[in-house]
Amino acid sequence: MSHTFTLDGKTIPFTEGQTIIQAASAAGVFIPHLCYHPEFKAHGSCKLCTVKVNGRQTASCTMRAAAGMVVESETEEINAERRALTQMLFVEGNHFCPSCEKSGNCQLQATAYHLGMMSPHYDHFFPNRAVDASHPEVLLDFNRCILCSLCVRASRDVDGKNVFGLSGRGIKTHLIVNAKSGQLADTDFTLADKAAQVCPVGVILQKRQGFAVPIGARKYDKAPISETAEEGR
Amino acid sequence: MGFNELHAEAIAGVVDRVINRYRRDPTCMLQILREVQEACDWVPPEAIDRMQAVLGVPRTKIEGVAGFYSFIYTEPRGQYRVLFSDNITDRMQGNRAMMERLCNNLWVERGKVSEDGLVSVGKTACTGMSDQGPGMLVNNYAIAGLNEGRIDEIAELIRNKVPLGEWPPAYFKIEDNIRRADILLQADFKPGEALLAARARTPSDGLNASNMRSWREGLPSGIGGPAATLDELKRANLRGRGGAGFTTAMKWEACRNAPLKAGLQRIVVCNADEGEPGTFKDRVLLAKCPDLVFEGMTVAAYAVGATRGFVYLRGEYRYLLDHLNAVLAHRRRENLLGKDICGLPGADFDIEIHVGAGAYVCGEESALIESLEGKRGTPRNRPPFPVTNGYLDQPTIVNNVETFAAAALIALNGGDWYAAIGTKHSAGTKLLSVSGDCVRPGIYEYPFGVSIRQVLEDCGATDTQAVQVSGPSGICVAENEFDRIIGFEDIPTAGAFTIFNKSRDMFEVARNYVHFFQHESCGFCTPCRVGTSLLKNLMDKLHYGSGSPYDFAEIEKLNQLLQSMSHCGLGHTACNPVLDTIAKFRPAYEKRMMQQDFTPAFDLDRELSSARQMTGRDDAGAHLETEHGGAA
Repeated sequence: MSHTFTLDGKTIPFTEGQTIIQAASAAGVFIPHLCYHPEFKAHGSCKLCTVKVNGRQTASCTMRAAAGMVVESETEEINAERRALTQMLFVEGNHFCPSCEKSGNCQLQATAYHLGMMSPHYDHFFPNRAVDASHPEVLLDFNRCILCSLCVRASRDVDGKNVFGLSGRGIKTHLIVNAKSGQLADTDFTLADKAAQVCPVGVILQKRQGFAVPIGARKYDKAPISETAEEGR
Repeated sequence: MGFNELHAEAIAGVVDRVINRYRRDPTCMLQILREVQEACDWVPPEAIDRMQAVLGVPRTKIEGVAGFYSFIYTEPRGQYRVLFSDNITDRMQGNRAMMERLCNNLWVERGKVSEDGLVSVGKTACTGMSDQGPGMLVNNYAIAGLNEGRIDEIAELIRNKVPLGEWPPAYFKIEDNIRRADILLQADFKPGEALLAARARTPSDGLNASNMRSWREGLPSGIGGPAATLDELKRANLRGRGGAGFTTAMKWEACRNAPLKAGLQRIVVCNADEGEPGTFKDRVLLAKCPDLVFEGMTVAAYAVGATRGFVYLRGEYRYLLDHLNAVLAHRRRENLLGKDICGLPGADFDIEIHVGAGAYVCGEESALIESLEGKRGTPRNRPPFPVTNGYLDQPTIVNNVETFAAAALIALNGGDWYAAIGTKHSAGTKLLSVSGDCVRPGIYEYPFGVSIRQVLEDCGATDTQAVQVSGPSGICVAENEFDRIIGFEDIPTAGAFTIFNKSRDMFEVARNYVHFFQHESCGFCTPCRVGTSLLKNLMDKLHYGSGSPYDFAEIEKLNQLLQSMSHCGLGHTACNPVLDTIAKFRPAYEKRMMQQDFTPAFDLDRELSSARQMTGRDDAGAHLETEHGGAA
């Protein structure tokens, strides 16, 4: 039995155990995603990577590839829904790209461009989220958190520290840090942690690095996110 | 008497006692949090310190779990924590006025803790008392049948700091209200009978699947019984009573056949997390026939070869816990649980009860398993499925309370007996939780195939406008559909049957349900977390008179997105009540369409309400005139 499936008509090879997004990525095909990262166990929460498999929608980061699958990804229908999800993430938090240090390096922003998002569409929630500037090296700006849990997974699985976690439920779900005070300064977090590197948006920011690379010369300023996919991010 | 001021040492003592009772097992974290709270009134930071030290789990994990469940408090909520049930039927029975009365009596603001730390008053989703509402929970103990007199008495008891145990027992009396009984509710059943029948049964010829795992299990003393039990279950054509209707025998057989790694075991879970607003049949089954349910679980354990069982009891039914534990203890004494059950060597099985803490999504089987493992109740990615990789990665069956009760009867009376009841595609009977606008709310057990009209007639409903079957995630049935039947071939249901007469506003019904879903979304996936909130805002916008056709289109788009992109059934069905009511009761919505053109949701006058409250002014001069009269 051949180990291939088709993705938007293109034949994609896969190895046993690979998910659709892994196989697609290996074949150089970009599927939009935010909570997925090739180095971590898939989470399946942002749903940006949703594709249609044999007519049914499912997250491509958790769905194992199977021979003969017919997968649709770059269709107007699916991209419209991905755009709506991106808009939802924009209005759920407080994302003001022009004033954000992560602008140009931000996956959410780059994905919005990729999907042709022209406006937030929905009414903003304007949540009230305090910034944590307690740590000497790192600033946490929870206003931009999209609950992808990459920092949670990195800190738990790579750093062995469990610095981050999710608490609350529903729209009140939020990121917490491992300290009685709730402050990052009271954890053993350091800039060398893997968790310090994985945030796809502008929550975990290194201090005193502001605009070291000017806006306009940053990662996604140079090439759209779909063309940086081979880097796996 | 409040424990709020307890110092760290005393708290550590409480925590240690609880943790030790749970064998220092971090998978019991939710149970530990719940019991610590019962002792301390909340979960203070010092308790988390101690849990962290003794259980060896990170604080993020403990706080993450505590923060997920509505009934666990990491901020002080008062010595008396009052929550009014806010199902649509409670509303119809006047819960709002009751809550206001209690707040006024106690001089507290809704949702806030009184200044002396004595009491907090808030609302919660349906507490499962729709046949005797309005209801409330006080420190998670259910009180039903509220009226003005009782509210005043309760205020007095709280003001005088009377311990809950000394409140009049009549308050805590919950009626069964069984109006129509059939094979389940009138079962002439003696504990142990079904097990003995299962043991005595030998595999029949002609039926293939009897999938014996080994010769050893096929021999001697009729240990062909497990396979024979599965055969009877197949003949019975029993389908799960939780709503989805999966064939029970298939699930059990898959679990029985799932490979077992060394040191692991098979698990039987009874899903008693009945949370769909308007349903309460599991409450009645557990109160009236706990032995039948436990025996069904034991039959299941025998059939699939499981040694460990759980009942996941919804937090709102905390009051049943002591009674159920007493029944379990009695069954252990009678050798109906424990080692070598009924004298059968190797038939070992015991049941432990875990209590939920106010999270509807835990009714979804994989979320329920996560919760059983002491985690946040987030539905898992599937596959793998629980039958192969369930509780702590072990083969697990999760079935509804009613399914186990039926399974016990099938073990006792045989599959053919059962299959002869009901319809071709829906064997057996179904318990309906009937509430709303009718003379005789309560539990009705019917053979499958009963029409909506028949139920309405039996419960004394007149002038009926609509019936919401299966709660908010089910379907709304209008008058022209009352000849439809309850059954998997037409209207499948977990059992809620909520009746609305022609005086009810179906828009407000849908809005109540939308608020419910928004509150109960687990928050894991983007479409459900944000989508249910956007939907709620749109419904509120219509309610406040700023609706336009544009908002209709938005609601329909959101529904499409939730159905296709959500992680689990909660998100898939969250828009159902809205779409159903738009389709069937459009005038209720059109009444809200004050505008033909788009109107923003932002209403300056409404935004000024907090300023009015602060200044104590509510005269005409304190209001802004709005074009569409949007002042709430």
